Amino acid sequence: MAHRMNVLVCSGASCISNNSLKVKEALLAEIERLDLKREIKVIETGCMGPCQLGPVLLVYPDETLYKKVQVADVREIVEQHFLKGRPVERLMYKSPLTDELVHKSRDVDYFKKQYKIVLANCGSIDPESLDEYIAVGGYEALGKALTEMNPDSVLDEIKISGLRGRGGGGFPTHLKWMFTKNEKSKEKYVICNADEGDPGAFMDRSVIEGDPHTLIEGMAIAGYVVGASKGYIYVRAEYPLAIERLEKAIAQAKETGFLGENIFQTDFSFDLEVRVGAGAFVCGEETALIHSIEGKRGTPRPRPPYPSASGVWGKPTVLNNVETYANVRHIILNGGAWMAKIGTETSKGTKVFALSGTIKNTGLAEVPMGTTIRELIYDIGGGAPEGHEIKAVQLGGPSGGCVTPEYFDTPIDYESLTALGAMMGSGGVIAMDETACMVNTAKFFLDFTCFESCGKCVPCRVGLKQMYGILDKITKGEGEEEDIEALETLGKTIKATALCGLGQTAPNPVLSTIKFFRHEYEEHIFEKKCRALVCKDLISYEINKDACKACTLCAQKCPVDAIKGERGVVHEIQQEKCISCGNCYDVCPFGAVMRLSGEN
Amino acid sequence: MEALKIHIPDNEQYRELGAYIESVRNMPGPLINVLHKAQGIFGYLPMEVQAFISRELDIPLSTVYGVVTFYNFFSMTPRGKYVINVCMGTACYVKGAGKVVDYFKDELKVGEGETTEDNLFTLTTARCFGACGLAPVLMVNEDVYGHVDRKKVTEILKKYRSLG
Repeated sequence: MAHRMNVLVCSGASCISNNSLKVKEALLAEIERLDLKREIKVIETGCMGPCQLGPVLLVYPDETLYKKVQVADVREIVEQHFLKGRPVERLMYKSPLTDELVHKSRDVDYFKKQYKIVLANCGSIDPESLDEYIAVGGYEALGKALTEMNPDSVLDEIKISGLRGRGGGGFPTHLKWMFTKNEKSKEKYVICNADEGDPGAFMDRSVIEGDPHTLIEGMAIAGYVVGASKGYIYVRAEYPLAIERLEKAIAQAKETGFLGENIFQTDFSFDLEVRVGAGAFVCGEETALIHSIEGKRGTPRPRPPYPSASGVWGKPTVLNNVETYANVRHIILNGGAWMAKIGTETSKGTKVFALSGTIKNTGLAEVPMGTTIRELIYDIGGGAPEGHEIKAVQLGGPSGGCVTPEYFDTPIDYESLTALGAMMGSGGVIAMDETACMVNTAKFFLDFTCFESCGKCVPCRVGLKQMYGILDKITKGEGEEEDIEALETLGKTIKATALCGLGQTAPNPVLSTIKFFRHEYEEHIFEKKCRALVCKDLISYEINKDACKACTLCAQKCPVDAIKGERGVVHEIQQEKCISCGNCYDVCPFGAVMRLSGEN
Repeated sequence: MEALKIHIPDNEQYRELGAYIESVRNMPGPLINVLHKAQGIFGYLPMEVQAFISRELDIPLSTVYGVVTFYNFFSMTPRGKYVINVCMGTACYVKGAGKVVDYFKDELKVGEGETTEDNLFTLTTARCFGACGLAPVLMVNEDVYGHVDRKKVTEILKKYRSLG
């Protein structure tokens, strides 16, 4: 029976941690109390994207978007809106530009410039319901491929679409599939890389949590093309909800016959298994990932042979990431030519970006390739919070680089980002304002890659450590003139000689910050100054005598008793004792503690 | 060289693990699955558990140990009842995750990777949870907390201390 109203409750990871499930319980209870159960349906969906506004509710058919809904708001929504038809304005989204209420979710700025293919179902269907997936055309593409097309014609459509790997490399998908297809072997495999390790990227998680069947369908179609009857999805252990929903979806697909023997009464049989990672960033590299699926240490090996010739268990294997597979069913249903019309000359279709850092609207956004960086971070992301200014965005995580405002009008595609010294990567976009120190940011990434280096090859194991050491020295105020050049030489050598993608790209954050923010490096080295006031050893604290109210709070919190003064006597920091921990700065209610750097 | 002799007790935990191993015996490459299960049962992976897995799966102990020490998720030391896992992904880092770790160190008097004397809390850090929109983020066991600041750190510890 159709319901008069559908209420979608976002249950992406962000909204769940903001209590969305309790909100859902309260909604159900309230609907029960008012006996509206036959009229109103409550649906738990995957991530809708605007995590900053969570928990988010979307009410159909009105298309009302409610933001930051808490349990206490539920009664008002149900009584006023659902019963009396008067939307609760105080919980609705207001345009930050015009300060006017936005009545339809499609007019919310965050959604306006988006183009949803991969995320089409995320946030609009119940991820745990196979029926809902089928209702929006689910498994039609698989049926079409198996009963109306042959593997070659499917491959042709993928080729025409121009689809390239969304995991970072951007390798043409049809070539990977063709290489595997052409291998002569009875046993072949399809693998999905869902080991989304790039800090700042969470689109794969959202696709799996919000629309798991799309991934299953894409992989089954890949299996049909290459001639594989078994697939593995390698998911990181940090994503328990994704694992749970995926297992459930696989069980549903098996039960219904979308996976298993003789799918759609054809000769094609295909089965899927989830393998859970155990926390190693390097397992995002394809040969390392394959070793991990085999139950071994996840170390990479030299290529060739490529997985298309010798992959898991030594058999031909096609390996793509989640977002790549999520495009497949749309290409089959709409034709490759349809996707080829979206995007730029070299990069077709859309890309999902995860916006985070110092930006107003954090969350997921899917845009056509060719959208500019500016549109992404200002029109969708809303720019920096009031009083701040974005000085760089970091694209592509620890393998990528930063891009500065003068390049924000660059259209996003694989080639243009690489030319800027950044990369598409998996699509993490981290905005940084004047409070971020670029030297320290580079050091942070190196700390990450040093820790995650598997240790197999010398350039990565030893070289990155050396680079880290130099950066550490610079941030401690011990930098020397030749350090910048040494970083550049080491970085270029590691890029040229490391075994796998981790090492080959790890120097990028350093090289790109040197390229765009050389002055910050020089200030650290020559003036012992950190303009962002981040590097502890380069900061000193002083008390502004005019603002100090002599409350003693800072003195109480000082771990080394460096603050002189008592009630009624303005405080003073004894510099020789101070360890620059910043406690006084954090606790002062009057803003009287000043942070200084390089002003001696 | 003398073989490593490790006494393996016969108890409910080992019987549960043994039954799981039986169920995956025909699966190719089961080691990581088994280690996940074992850590779920025992809370960590002491040497005798690794020796048991090595014997049951007929995989050299050195290989089992090699895999356990390779992955961050596996631990050879006991964990506290509540594992506080602070996300150190880039987005969280930019938003002050380093300070959050310091607050915990300060309040719990332990370092990273250490457990409090009362075995209640273990403080660890992790790479990106994929909840960057909520940065800085942390997890206490399976519960996620976003937009964490000093005040919230105190509240979180208070909450779990009262649960005991």
